[in-house]
Amino acid sequence: MLSRVAENLYWMSRYVERAENTARLISVNSNLLLDLPGGIAPGWAPLVDIMGVRGDFDSRFKETDERRVLMFLIADLNNAGSILSSLHYARENCRTVRDIMPREIWEELTELYLYARENINTGLTKRGRFAFLKRIIYGSELFIGMLASVQSRDEAYDFIRIGRNLERADMTTRIIDVRSDDLLPDDVSDLRPFDTIQWVSVLRSLSAYQMYRRHMQTRVRRDAVLRFLFKDKQFPRAVRHCLNMIEGCLEELKNNEQPLKRVRTLVRKVERRNVETLDQAALHGYIDDLQLNITSLHSTLAETYFPKSVQQQEVQ
Amino acid sequence: MPIEFKTYEIPTYDEVMSRANRARNHAIPLLRTLREFDDEELETRQSAADMAIKEMGITFTVYTEGTAIDRAWPFDIVPRIIPKSEWDVVEAGLKQRVQALNLFIDDLYHGQKIITDGVFPREVLAKSKNFRPQCVGIDPPLGIWAHICGSDLVRDSDGTIYVLEDNLRVPSGVSYMLENRLITKRVFPELFNEYSPLPVDGYPSQLFDTLCDLAPKRKSSPEVAVLTPGIYNSAYFEHAYLAQQMGCELVEGRDLFVDKKDFVYMHTIAGPRRVDVIYRRIDDEFMDPEVFNKESILGVPGLMRAWKAGNVALANAPGAGVADDKVVYAFVPEIIRYYLDQEALIPNVQTYRCMFEEERRYVLEHLHELVVKPANESGGYGMLMGPSATKAERETFAKLIEQDPRNYIAQPMVGISTVPTVVGRNLEARHVDLRPFILSGSSIQVTAGGLTRVALRKGSLVVNSSQGGGSKDTWIVDTGVQ
Repeated sequence: MLSRVAENLYWMSRYVERAENTARLISVNSNLLLDLPGGIAPGWAPLVDIMGVRGDFDSRFKETDERRVLMFLIADLNNAGSILSSLHYARENCRTVRDIMPREIWEELTELYLYARENINTGLTKRGRFAFLKRIIYGSELFIGMLASVQSRDEAYDFIRIGRNLERADMTTRIIDVRSDDLLPDDVSDLRPFDTIQWVSVLRSLSAYQMYRRHMQTRVRRDAVLRFLFKDKQFPRAVRHCLNMIEGCLEELKNNEQPLKRVRTLVRKVERRNVETLDQAALHGYIDDLQLNITSLHSTLAETYFPKSVQQQEVQ
Repeated sequence: MPIEFKTYEIPTYDEVMSRANRARNHAIPLLRTLREFDDEELETRQSAADMAIKEMGITFTVYTEGTAIDRAWPFDIVPRIIPKSEWDVVEAGLKQRVQALNLFIDDLYHGQKIITDGVFPREVLAKSKNFRPQCVGIDPPLGIWAHICGSDLVRDSDGTIYVLEDNLRVPSGVSYMLENRLITKRVFPELFNEYSPLPVDGYPSQLFDTLCDLAPKRKSSPEVAVLTPGIYNSAYFEHAYLAQQMGCELVEGRDLFVDKKDFVYMHTIAGPRRVDVIYRRIDDEFMDPEVFNKESILGVPGLMRAWKAGNVALANAPGAGVADDKVVYAFVPEIIRYYLDQEALIPNVQTYRCMFEEERRYVLEHLHELVVKPANESGGYGMLMGPSATKAERETFAKLIEQDPRNYIAQPMVGISTVPTVVGRNLEARHVDLRPFILSGSSIQVTAGGLTRVALRKGSLVVNSSQGGGSKDTWIVDTGVQ
């Protein structure tokens, strides 16, 4: 497979996953805000932090109110991580690999992108938001499902899965990082009823609530949620599961020595750390370390498989 | 309301209607089916087709201000139907034409016997923009230069089919031909009860086989790649489509490199991989910066070296465009006679070559009724439409012709035939042409029909996608009538 094609597939898949995760986040945040008492509601600012676009946002907007944040995260083409941008880039990446994708995939991505573009104003209203976001999530899952049912388990499929799982692992750590930062001061006991809501919302952002209940057999508690979202082997959005998937794909590929080494280091970091015992500061430090490792996993993949820049080619 | 055929206006030869309310024999079942529609149904079907095109992502790309815009290419649901008995003659004529043109190109790059024998003037070759001296003496596989040819046909008001031009560089449009059939099946299925049009979907495998025929050293499974200028090219959709349908790699210049031993490789995730045949959709000038345009970043340095060494086959071969010239066109009947000792089965449009004094004199005296075309422009640039031109324009052209007679040809106005086309809720006559595709490898194959392009604006003769053109499905049907 062409190096350029591998890179396009990887990014196509990452962007679709990013659009879906952003849609999930916004959707769950809307619900959370309806559930929490006004005084302690975290508002919309945390979403900007989760997406890691704080600097960009602040340079353009003074306030982090609902309208601006949603505009930025859903519709802003200057924000490379917005839903519309993500779908646009996913489609552009797909366009250049149209020859090797099943045509249904291109058709679905085109349809999804056109839907997002044409219904963006509805998506920004309170009333239309839910249906809009649902369609985005549904479109992403349709994309994944179609690939699962019609794409041969070849190298192309491996790069698609690597992209998806890397983006997913990254996003799960981001969501935990920002959302575990306690909304409620520890000493205010009369707010206890709402403590659960915060962790339920983390789970719901990742569609993890039901699976958590079934597999953890316990009420929603910080330690158990952390253990589940980092270390569960079976839940598809748990960090460990995502990393294991990447590892599995890499095992199928040639020239896999360096990237395999990287991903296995990461897997060990997740397996061996008792996340549930970490306090907020330690957890934050741990997540920072994981994210740096995810970034260098990406760099190793790029060095190994993707096209080299012109200078590198000359050296070669 | 039923669709009205009594008021159908016929400006020239119509492919379906012999006169208002009366269909030609081969089109009777088509008209019968359409009569069962009411006008609302017609509009609904057309919208369904438009929607299908959008969803299927069938586009051509317009590149402006740094962004690529996909435009759906309008499709009209009423197919253009040609009886097989008539098509058989056209098909034979196209094979004859392409065979002669390939012999001609090979001769130009070798002994130039046709010039020594006085059939083709040396000065025409001397002024050819697409003759590549770098190709002289090269023997491409099977001696074939133009492996993929798209010839444009039109039907005059008397019903005769003429060749208007031959595209031997990188003709496009075949993907739309294939997609059009899929859409017609989706939106107009009942018409298939009346006719069994010859299938067109064999084209990608025929193309693949043709390309494999060219592989060096007759490898059993050669590595074939489609070379595209990239996503900003207006035909990118087609490049991707053909690569996909043939199951081979779609590469850009930056994916390829030529090593010191003159072999071509592509960068893959498992390291470099040899390429044997390249279906290139890049013009000669941009193909190899070592030999042609030094500024080109689309091409592959060293590609010509590899081709000359016989390590990679290029389709079409560099230099094939020499026959893609309006003055050469005027000589095609002579070219066929010279190489094949046959008369052309499909006539050329009567063409006056200004380089010959007698013909030039006729052109200058009849400018008001002729179309004057420069030799190497395409897309209608630099043309004079005699009947609609002003006196001043005609005088300007008269001067241009006298200054550089070799560069001009002139033709009488051809009445281009029409086909009923959906306009709102009604059917109106719109002008069409036809581009069949001819593949030359170890055998010559012609598509069953081709791409019918239709000028959607009333009275317009311009069928180009960028200027209000659309397309129709084209059916070759065996009516049993001889």
